[in-house]
Amino acid sequence: MNERGDIGNNDNRGNNARDGNNGRRGFIAAAATLTTLATLTLAPGIRLIQIAAARPEEEAASAAVRWGLLIDVTRCQTGCEDCVAACGKENGLGEVARPRTDAQWIRKIDLKEHATGRALSLPMMCQHCAHPPCVDVCPTGASFKRADGIVLVDRHICIGCRYCMMACPYKARSFVHEPHTDQNPEVPRGQGCVEGCTLCVHRIDRGETPACVAACAAAGHAAMLFGDLNDPASAISQRIREVRTTVARADLALDPGVRYEGL
Amino acid sequence: MAALSAPAAPPIETRPRTGVFIGLLAAGGLFLLLALAAFLHFEHSGHIATGMDNQIVWGIPHVFAVFLVVAASGVLNVASIGSVFGKPDYKARAPLSGLLALTMMAGGLVVLAADLGRPDRLLVAVTHFNFKSIFALNMLFYSGFFAIVAAYLVTLMNRRLNPYARALGFLAFFWRLALTTATGSIFGFLIARSAYGSALMAPMFIIYSFAYGLAAFLIVQSAMYAWNGLASNARVLARMKNLLAVFVGAALYFTVVMHLTNLYFAKQIAYERFLLLDGGVYTTAFWFGQIGLGGVLPLALLLIPGAGQTRVVIASALVTLGGLAQMFVTIVGGQAFPLDLFPGHAVSSRFQDGIVNAYAPVPGEFALGFGGFAFAFLITVIAVRVLPFLPRDAADASALKTTD
Repeated sequence: MNERGDIGNNDNRGNNARDGNNGRRGFIAAAATLTTLATLTLAPGIRLIQIAAARPEEEAASAAVRWGLLIDVTRCQTGCEDCVAACGKENGLGEVARPRTDAQWIRKIDLKEHATGRALSLPMMCQHCAHPPCVDVCPTGASFKRADGIVLVDRHICIGCRYCMMACPYKARSFVHEPHTDQNPEVPRGQGCVEGCTLCVHRIDRGETPACVAACAAAGHAAMLFGDLNDPASAISQRIREVRTTVARADLALDPGVRYEGL
Repeated sequence: MAALSAPAAPPIETRPRTGVFIGLLAAGGLFLLLALAAFLHFEHSGHIATGMDNQIVWGIPHVFAVFLVVAASGVLNVASIGSVFGKPDYKARAPLSGLLALTMMAGGLVVLAADLGRPDRLLVAVTHFNFKSIFALNMLFYSGFFAIVAAYLVTLMNRRLNPYARALGFLAFFWRLALTTATGSIFGFLIARSAYGSALMAPMFIIYSFAYGLAAFLIVQSAMYAWNGLASNARVLARMKNLLAVFVGAALYFTVVMHLTNLYFAKQIAYERFLLLDGGVYTTAFWFGQIGLGGVLPLALLLIPGAGQTRVVIASALVTLGGLAQMFVTIVGGQAFPLDLFPGHAVSSRFQDGIVNAYAPVPGEFALGFGGFAFAFLITVIAVRVLPFLPRDAADASALKTTD
């Protein structure tokens, strides 16, 4: 595991400080306690305190990491929209009052298989593709992929041409149709720009899981698993090795960072 | 090469009467003002004030804008046929062709810029380039188009620089082919939606541009002749009429091939069924607008013997209307059809998944679109007032000396 670690796994950096003198032992003991607290898992994917995996601010995102999500469709509950509500709250999107024009970074989709009539429900958001069409088509480079695989929009150079919305096969992007107030300072938004799921990059950089993942766990469904796809030891990688998973529109070969299990 | 230089014709013949000129300026100005009002309203309130939403992200303004851009590249063909292929009848029309190419391109781009979410960031658009984006490449093509066609126009109209006209004409011709290839590829490169993602888009847009551009040229030329009390040269008109018929026929051919190939691919059948049968306004716009009014009817008007100036102008106007219908079908219809998110499944959500997306454009969107036409119209009216752009044929004007 690299320095940033995988939030899906326990991290205990405090164990490295074992060879100090007696005077430091008390401190170390306290640190170990704190570390234990920090790694205390309230529910799968959610921690009481999450400091250990945070990346220092001055350190750039690393291509050694590829953040991803695994969504277990068999655990996702029809009618449950906790992930959607958590996303809206975390990112200052507010309630969806006008479904046609309000931003929806994540949405619940109900599926029914034509052949069998099997009904499913799953969350759909930016799939954080390795080959994102939105990034390819963006004229100014405002749509970009961070080194760790998170696809983002630079709000400073988005001109609002909406070509990325034409290009996204997942309809994962929203356009800010009207002025907004009461924003989350960590998630700046602006009228006339395109936006979409950031995978809660501000939380990831603090060493936390995305808000939707936390909310799903808090609801007891634990249908969303977040972690480093590049780390063979991460829970998400292990799970993907163990069970059959698939991606949406696999035929397009975009290599999305979001995978679905049980689809 | 002297023929390329427009003659110094008597002012009374080449300029519309002052009253007419003022009237035309006022009419164009009114439309431009309406567009400006719409722009300011949308800019202030956001796109919530338009009929566009997160499903139909490009609406009526794009229909007008892309039509103007495509027609602008096509209208330059008249000059190209003169300079590149050496046809004297077309050389006499090269300056007007170049002028219209510039003004229509400007009109289209103004609408595109006005419909941006952040039109105040135009400077960002010309300072930050993602070279993998066909949209960014289009911006380079548009800028180059202005520079090349402007230089070409100067060589056409300045006798001293006339020897360079042929070389620049070649450059402009190839540039405009590349430009329309890029414009068609804006849609051709979209893998997400059933309506797009086809290599045919590029050549199809080129042939569309031939038809729309020549139709626009014929309308403007006829209007200018009418202002000046001149009759069109029957021989030249007959040639241009036949050429328009060839272009309209070729446009129909490409449209048929596009949909026939789609019908062959099982995954495209649902979209074709939507467009050709069940798509409501889009089906109507396709059959009645693009194919009927914009294709079959003008072909009949042009090919049934005895077509005079009036019939050619009506046919040209129909081709223009059909062109707008085609852009509506391509741009809005392509977005109205739902994305196939999970093939083999019916999908539904609060984000309008799995349903045909509704779109009710507001009048301001049409105002913005017509503003693009008004912008092109105003520059053209002023330009033909101050400079000799009126096409003059050897048979009509003894002042015109053809030497090649």
